[in-house]
Amino acid sequence: MKIEVLGMGCASCNKLYQNALEAVRQSGKEVQVVKVEDIQKIMSYGVLSTPALVIDGVVKAAGKLPKAEEIKEWIK
Amino acid sequence: MNDRCLCEQNEILIFACAGSANVGQIANQAAIQLAQHGVGRYFCLAGIGGHVSGMIESTRAGKLLVGINGCSVACATKTLEHAGFLVGEHIQVTDLGIEKNHDLHLNPSDVGKVVHHLASRISKRKEG
Repeated sequence: MKIEVLGMGCASCNKLYQNALEAVRQSGKEVQVVKVEDIQKIMSYGVLSTPALVIDGVVKAAGKLPKAEEIKEWIK
Repeated sequence: MNDRCLCEQNEILIFACAGSANVGQIANQAAIQLAQHGVGRYFCLAGIGGHVSGMIESTRAGKLLVGINGCSVACATKTLEHAGFLVGEHIQVTDLGIEKNHDLHLNPSDVGKVVHHLASRISKRKEG
């Protein structure tokens, strides 16, 4: 499983990255978490608002900051 | 290349039907002008119709969705509603006295009429 955190490096994007790491830590699962800061790559997902969170190629959230608990549910 | 940060809040999202008749293209041009005037952000209706997850989730972040329909078929509004969104503000270009036809030589004053009408309605909404 792979989580991509889309954002251009602002505070909200960094916070979402931390939330994703925390969700993975709590779940105990083997999940790769990567930051995507390239605007072209971000837009290739059809995302028009960041921060955004993508799990295995599917955008689960955009323009908001899901908490670790919520992300944990998505990676169950 | 667009190097603008996408973290800006998109409170007002504008969708146009962009249909093949003159009124659909007037709707599209009006959406572009409204975005250029800072009234809202122009969003992609085709992405909603295609259930593109990025577009759907980006739209969820909006506070007010505006649908600009060319005619009474109301494709912009219906597409958004079909995807489960509530369209807070919507109009039909034909309701402003602009006749639907297939002449794509658009009259700029028709586009201006739609822009003015919607900008005024959205402004009143903000005041209210």
